[in-house]
Amino acid sequence: MKRWIPLILFAVLVGFFAKGLFLNPREVPSPFIGKPAPAFSLPVVGSAAQTFGPTDMKGKVWLLNVWAPWCVSCRQEHPVLMQLARERAVPIVGLNWKDKDREAAQLLAQNGNPYVAVPDDLSGKTGIDYGVTGTPETYVIDRDGIIRMKHVGPITPEVWEKKFEPKLKELGA
Amino acid sequence: MPPEAAHALEQAAKAQYTRDSRTRRAPADGQCTYTEETHMIPELGHFAIILALLLALAQAVLPLVGAQRGNLTLMAVARPAAQGQFVFLLIAYACLAYSFLVNDFTVENVARNSFSQLPEVYRFTATWGSHEGSLLLWVVVLAFWSTAVSVFSRHLPDDMVARVLGVMGLISIGFIAFLLLTSNPFERLIPAPPDGRDMNPLLQDWGMIIHPPMLYMGYVGFAVAFAFAIAALLSGRMDAAWARWSRPWTTVAWAFLTLGIVLGSWWAYRELGWGGWWFWDPTENASFMPWLAGTALIHSLAVTEKRGAFKAWTVLLALTTFSLSLLGTFLVRSGVLSSVHAFATDPARGAFILGFLAVVIGGSLILYAWRAPKMITGGLFGWFSREAMLLANNVILLAAMGAVLLGTLYPLVMDALGLGKISVGPPYFNAVFVPLMAPALFLLGVGPLVRWKGDSLPDIVTRLKWALAVSVVTGFALPFTLEGFNPWATLGFALAIWIILTVVIGFRDRLKHGARLASLPRAFWGMQLAHFGLAWGILGMTLVANYEQERDVRMNVGDYTTLAGYTFTFRGTTEHDGPNYRAARGTVEVSRDGKPLYTLRPEKRIYNASGTPMTEAAVRYSLTSDIYVSLGEPLDEEAKTWAVRVYYKPFINWMWFGAAFMIVGGFLAASDRRYRIAVRRQESPAGAAVQGA
Amino acid sequence: MRGILLSLLLAFSLGAHAGEAQPNAEDPIIEQRLIKLAEDLRCLVCQNESLAGSHAELAEDLRREIREQMKAGKNDQEVIAYLTERYGDFVLYRPPFKPVTYLLWLGPLLFLALGAGIWYLTLKKRRAVKTLTVDEKQLAAAAQLLEEK
Repeated sequence: MKRWIPLILFAVLVGFFAKGLFLNPREVPSPFIGKPAPAFSLPVVGSAAQTFGPTDMKGKVWLLNVWAPWCVSCRQEHPVLMQLARERAVPIVGLNWKDKDREAAQLLAQNGNPYVAVPDDLSGKTGIDYGVTGTPETYVIDRDGIIRMKHVGPITPEVWEKKFEPKLKELGA
Repeated sequence: MPPEAAHALEQAAKAQYTRDSRTRRAPADGQCTYTEETHMIPELGHFAIILALLLALAQAVLPLVGAQRGNLTLMAVARPAAQGQFVFLLIAYACLAYSFLVNDFTVENVARNSFSQLPEVYRFTATWGSHEGSLLLWVVVLAFWSTAVSVFSRHLPDDMVARVLGVMGLISIGFIAFLLLTSNPFERLIPAPPDGRDMNPLLQDWGMIIHPPMLYMGYVGFAVAFAFAIAALLSGRMDAAWARWSRPWTTVAWAFLTLGIVLGSWWAYRELGWGGWWFWDPTENASFMPWLAGTALIHSLAVTEKRGAFKAWTVLLALTTFSLSLLGTFLVRSGVLSSVHAFATDPARGAFILGFLAVVIGGSLILYAWRAPKMITGGLFGWFSREAMLLANNVILLAAMGAVLLGTLYPLVMDALGLGKISVGPPYFNAVFVPLMAPALFLLGVGPLVRWKGDSLPDIVTRLKWALAVSVVTGFALPFTLEGFNPWATLGFALAIWIILTVVIGFRDRLKHGARLASLPRAFWGMQLAHFGLAWGILGMTLVANYEQERDVRMNVGDYTTLAGYTFTFRGTTEHDGPNYRAARGTVEVSRDGKPLYTLRPEKRIYNASGTPMTEAAVRYSLTSDIYVSLGEPLDEEAKTWAVRVYYKPFINWMWFGAAFMIVGGFLAASDRRYRIAVRRQESPAGAAVQGA
Repeated sequence: MRGILLSLLLAFSLGAHAGEAQPNAEDPIIEQRLIKLAEDLRCLVCQNESLAGSHAELAEDLRREIREQMKAGKNDQEVIAYLTERYGDFVLYRPPFKPVTYLLWLGPLLFLALGAGIWYLTLKKRRAVKTLTVDEKQLAAAAQLLEEK
């Protein structure tokens, strides 16, 4: 019977490969799911004195959208965010990540601002605290300040429908 | 890329366009820009591939049916079909190369991977730089091996040749179909862009010119061993003669694969700018696994040839080695693993290759399970015999191969099971591979000196005890003369010296009985050279891994730094442009004890088409060390101060020399008299006898 | 250690004259630690490169972060914990030894043990009845003849 072993081992391997074709080796799950959103206190774009931190959103279900003015995919995502803001679905905070050329304010003035606040993470340190590796990335945070979901990449209408809406409903948004 | 830069590039490309008068007129917007002379060549190439597919079908189906039925006419189709397939694939290849050389950007592959300013030699190598082009190279190389088998197989029984070529034809069908259905290199792009997107600068090195073809010669070459194994299973006939026939083909493929892997490693060392030469990247592993299995195979074949033992095992190993080659092809193109080396990935293509893999490998393993028990296995041997040593060699090499496979696939398996994502990198592989290989390297010293069937352990111990003592003592002493106690260095030195000493003892023993060096068989010379080469390579590896030094400094014009007794003085940079890049070329003067030795000129390049920066290290090669200088970033506005890295790599070239000996040894062994006599005998008039099924 | 500090001091006092090039890093000791650690960490935005060698911006940021942590006195374990808290085990090129990776780390040993078992069983089956004792010279001469054939 041991003559069938190589074939069996191979079949198992093929099974894994078949599953693997549907996975993305670069998509890394966030270790923050179920953990409190890391604290920060950053100045806000467009206002010299104001600061923002996640505690400001306590009691609400909200999205933290990490974006940058130089990020092409963020431009693609922007209209979707504008739509969400118009519908008042859920408050969106836009973390301005590594905006060295200081273009955020002008860009938002030009294209519209879907965010309730735009904390300015110039050094990228807050991004590191959240495990950000690129833009756009969006976190869903619940009323108690716990991160419940992370989406890497732009939010499209399908992504919103399939991933975000069920989650938000679950959290009672 | 910022819009101004893109615009500037476009302007530059257009300007270049009007200068390049070979095939273009200055384009007006929207106007078609290909001329009549290049119009049909890609279609000709495409058509040639289709014809090759038809010939592959003939090569596969007819001879296999013929061999099953004993029909000589059908079997005789194999040789001309294989040769015809090769000719048409060469034509297709020539068409693609031509499209690259004349900058025919209406061919999508050319537009994606080439650039008008790319030097001609790289435009040619761009033919295999992409997924589609490299697949075309794959089938060309497979057809080449089929042709070689068709020519050098006069001494083989007709049904065996028919089956071997038939199986190779089946593999060709799969790959050519894959090419035509999902990866057509002659896909048109109309309207053609004004210029191409350029070849990745990392590939613009002469390592690119020989590494892929040699690698393919190796890993595709194992298809011959695979085909021989299938032929043996199909015919039910498996004897020592079978092993003797398939051995030289396997050894040559192994030698080419060794060459391909070493070239890749050397190229990475020169190109990547930080002096590393092996990263256990999934694609590197994809070529290393067939190498490990292939090494086990050539040793297992020795037992089957000489003693008729391990038949079923050798067949399984032949199937496994080529299966690993196919697996490698899948891993690199399907997107299931993340690698610097992977081609642009596409799950649809991945699914096709996986299906093909399942059919070929699954089919061969079913055939194995069905037919292998029927093989009558021979040979009894004792605990301390050459056979036992070679079996140990196989066990360890396969355990090592298993470890590499495990590490490479574990992240995928965990992800597929929903257990999270991890990375498995060099720390893992180095930690498991070295301890696994150490016993194999020790046994390598003993094995060749042990007799077949049975030998006396006390005798061997007596013969080898001095060699063992010298190796161990030198292993411990050498690090002390350098930097002090170092267990890894000790291990490496001891094993390398042990192997070298036993190689010398091997020669001494042969010569003791009256033979002369020149009259020793090539197979013996091949073995000794290959083992010696391995030892020398390990010596180099041990020295460089344990004793390399580096400095990472900030240098202004006139600044100097010292490393390993050398003084490096930075004289600033000058502008220097290449055919498709702009560069800042640094001047570093190297001296020792006040005496100037030579000047090194590292470059920091920005490639015109893509804006990609690249560092081109300056290396001074010598027998005893490499001095390696690379420019980092300019640290001030006027680029007067630079971050410079200086490396001292002791004896690194011994690794490449050692590998060269292994490769030469392999080729030498494959050309042993007993393989050539068989061929010659057949060419005499009496040798034209026809052999039935 | 003292030598480095001395030469650093000397360099600073010599001012901007062309002289011995200074290490690119502010603190070569920490830098060495950083490089050694970073070689075992993954650059998260590269295809497959270590954090030590990558020129990517995120890699520079993370190296800077690690440098700061080391300067603040954190040891290697703490730095690794800092990174895995934020990026998960994916950032480690040396997989941790936990239940889900037991098979990974113990696998090679198991393979070797399995192989050794197969070796033993195969040899048990194949043992020659007796190894003949033949005159060594005759044996060698015979071997010679066989080889020449």
